[in-house]
Amino acid sequence: MSIATDLPTPESGGLAPDGAVTHGRGSGARKLPIVLGVLTLLLAGILLRSEPSGDTTFQLSTVTDFVTLPDIVVPSGPTAWLMVVICLGLTAEAVRRMLTRAGQPIWIPISFAIVWMIGFLSWAAAGDRIRVVSLLGGAVALAIPLVFGALGGVLGERAGVVNIAIEGQLLLGAFAAAVTASTTGSPWAGVAAAAVAGALVALILGLFAITYFVDQVIVGVVLNVLVVGLTNFLFRQVLTPNAESLNSPERLRAVPIPVLGDIPLIGPIFFRQTPLVYLLYVVVAVVAFALYRTRWGLRVRAVGEHPKAADTVGIKVNRTRYRTILLAGAIAGLGGAYFSLVSVAGFNREMTGGAGYIALAAVIFGKWDPIRATLAALLFGFATNLQGVLSAIGSPVPSQFMLMLPYLVTIFAVAGLVGRSRPPAADGVPYRQQ
Amino acid sequence: MNDTPKPQPEKPDAPVTDDEATRGATTTETTTEAPEPDPHDARAERSRSVLREIASGDVLAGVLAVFLAVFVGSVMIAATDDAVRETAGYITARPSDFFTAVWEAISGAYSAMFRGAVYNYNLTEPAQQWRPLTETFKFAGPLILGGLGVGLAFRAGLFNIGGRGQMLIAGGAAGWVGFNFDLPLVIHLPLAILVGMVAGALWGGIAGVLKARTGAHEVIVTIMLNYVAYYLLFWSLTKDWLLKTPGSVNPKSPPMKDSATLPKVLGDQFNLHLGFVIALVAVAVAWWLLNRSTLGYRIRAVGENPHAARASGIDVGRIYVVVMMIAGSLLGLAGINQVLGTVSSGVSLDLDAAIGFDAITVALLGRSRPLGILAAGLLFGAFKAGGFTMQTSENISVDLVLVVQSLIVLFLAAPPLVRAIFRLPAQEAK
Repeated sequence: MSIATDLPTPESGGLAPDGAVTHGRGSGARKLPIVLGVLTLLLAGILLRSEPSGDTTFQLSTVTDFVTLPDIVVPSGPTAWLMVVICLGLTAEAVRRMLTRAGQPIWIPISFAIVWMIGFLSWAAAGDRIRVVSLLGGAVALAIPLVFGALGGVLGERAGVVNIAIEGQLLLGAFAAAVTASTTGSPWAGVAAAAVAGALVALILGLFAITYFVDQVIVGVVLNVLVVGLTNFLFRQVLTPNAESLNSPERLRAVPIPVLGDIPLIGPIFFRQTPLVYLLYVVVAVVAFALYRTRWGLRVRAVGEHPKAADTVGIKVNRTRYRTILLAGAIAGLGGAYFSLVSVAGFNREMTGGAGYIALAAVIFGKWDPIRATLAALLFGFATNLQGVLSAIGSPVPSQFMLMLPYLVTIFAVAGLVGRSRPPAADGVPYRQQ
Repeated sequence: MNDTPKPQPEKPDAPVTDDEATRGATTTETTTEAPEPDPHDARAERSRSVLREIASGDVLAGVLAVFLAVFVGSVMIAATDDAVRETAGYITARPSDFFTAVWEAISGAYSAMFRGAVYNYNLTEPAQQWRPLTETFKFAGPLILGGLGVGLAFRAGLFNIGGRGQMLIAGGAAGWVGFNFDLPLVIHLPLAILVGMVAGALWGGIAGVLKARTGAHEVIVTIMLNYVAYYLLFWSLTKDWLLKTPGSVNPKSPPMKDSATLPKVLGDQFNLHLGFVIALVAVAVAWWLLNRSTLGYRIRAVGENPHAARASGIDVGRIYVVVMMIAGSLLGLAGINQVLGTVSSGVSLDLDAAIGFDAITVALLGRSRPLGILAAGLLFGAFKAGGFTMQTSENISVDLVLVVQSLIVLFLAAPPLVRAIFRLPAQEAK
């Protein structure tokens, strides 16, 4: 008897919707108008309950900008209502397209989101100012570990290995980064160590999930517990008594990029960040390109979708999976460096605080696609930062509900209420060569 | 799976198709498929199968897994011990110093653990000497309850990672009843427990309903619901009309009324409260439910093969919902155990004390069987009780327990790995 027989069998493993209860479902075209309609009503409801008064200031640039954009001051109430009207218009367009059976282009939800957010902000920050640059720039910074983690998740799952251990990879990455950066004195050595630590967790995941066919979700969850225990233990036994020599790394500072950083609005948001962010841009681009445009990417996707077919044409399934998850682990581990080298200088107990699970949510919300997952991670980073900004200006929204948002959105996503998330076909299924 | 004898036609009125379903799904379970089971035969068969399991080396693999995990733990203790590192500096000159230091670090840690978990031989009064054992039982209570919640879901093929959320919601609800009302004990305590269980069941049921209706994978939903529950409780703890102590700035509720606190079962000198008894009852109920009831039969059928179960007329979706509700109420009981028993000073955000995740390791070690979970819960409860003593007396972080615990589960999940490490012969095909 092996433990696996008591548990979900590998054939039903992974994170795919359960075939035993899922039936054919309609396309997503009908859901969009409903979602937009509900959101519009929600905004109108908020406005009706507490009509904002005064002006809302949107501050578009910081004082150090090369080109200074003027502040935009708008009356809160009328602006918010105007946005409701535009939202209604967009919803009507979505309904029209649904009725005429035309497709729903991507610009509808995107412009809806922007307009809705402007309306919401004018209400939430009535009589106050919103620093757009720090709101969005902070969102990018907060999203660093989420994007790295989500990319690692996407890569692993496209190769057919479910990675619940993103949280563990981030945490061990943060730990390794802090210790290595402290001992060597170079934060870049810390970043490299974070990647190695992430790959190490991936190696253990692979050993159990690929070589020994243990249920991948279980290995992932247990690995997270293992890493929490290990880092807490070492933190208390080793780091705390020797904090000076082992846990005081140099922080990664923001390095503005010369020309790009001077572009109004965009520059301060995207190009006056820490080097880790620029590394992030490169990794996103490389992964997205490699996964869809190279032979390597084709092979990775093949072993994730139909390992048997891949094996038949001579691709070494398990070797490909090992290589992919090691790379994925290294990428996720890089995200860990954010916590101990960028956010604060030094490691602390369980400092990732569930970011790995938000990254997992971004993988699913992003439909297992590197670009979409990156956008989802940015969105979740934005939600987190918005919460911080709003509670700082004393907005009426309870911050807990803002923090809940990424998780709720993901539940809606897997339940098929917002689009349909479908994982790679062989996700979570170990491959046994015959 | 061939070691749980399935007493055959469990219900005379159970539809024949149910029977067909499992027979088709589990070809290994042919040993007890006799049409008219004689109770004596069944018992003999069971004891024989236990013997077979020991002999076949599965238990050996389990013991070796625990041994390996403890060994890794020992290495960690030795490697982080100051005396060991000091003596390692001159290991070539005086190796005996090094080995003495290693031995002292490791034996010190494990004897402290024993003193904290089972029997404290440093004390003289008998009642105090056995006090650690009652602490073990106290810690084991919620672990067993949580392990049952996770294990029961496993048997239906569901992976319930939502223990944390279910505990938080149930604990919050039970706590609200616990400090808000003035009622006699016989009404107040059961009411608080009931409200908490219902809240846990509803929270767990969300994942079940979403899985049944939309196919949404329960792993994702339960992970996300953990965080939703956390922020929901956080928010409730900031509102005076919900859980917050009026006039306080901390997110913490007022303490429980005495009439809603789980009474101490061995007198006031021991911390052991009624929660452990509830856990034992829950083990018995879960055992009966899984092995003797129609519902349990269907749960196992769905867990073995949902397609076959559906083909034979079992409403798979409904089973998912029911199982997740039962699992939620069991994990809810674990949360209630904390709020009304172990930490009755008020609901707080860390009321779950990571038991939601510990419960997964308990269920895995107990192989999703109620009696196995009882044993695993006691073992991990002992680890916890001993770990705190180890931390205070030997200054070794209690987090070591977490490492050993997760390593045990990892090694146990991959018997071939353990066999390879100890160079045991590969298991014969059954």
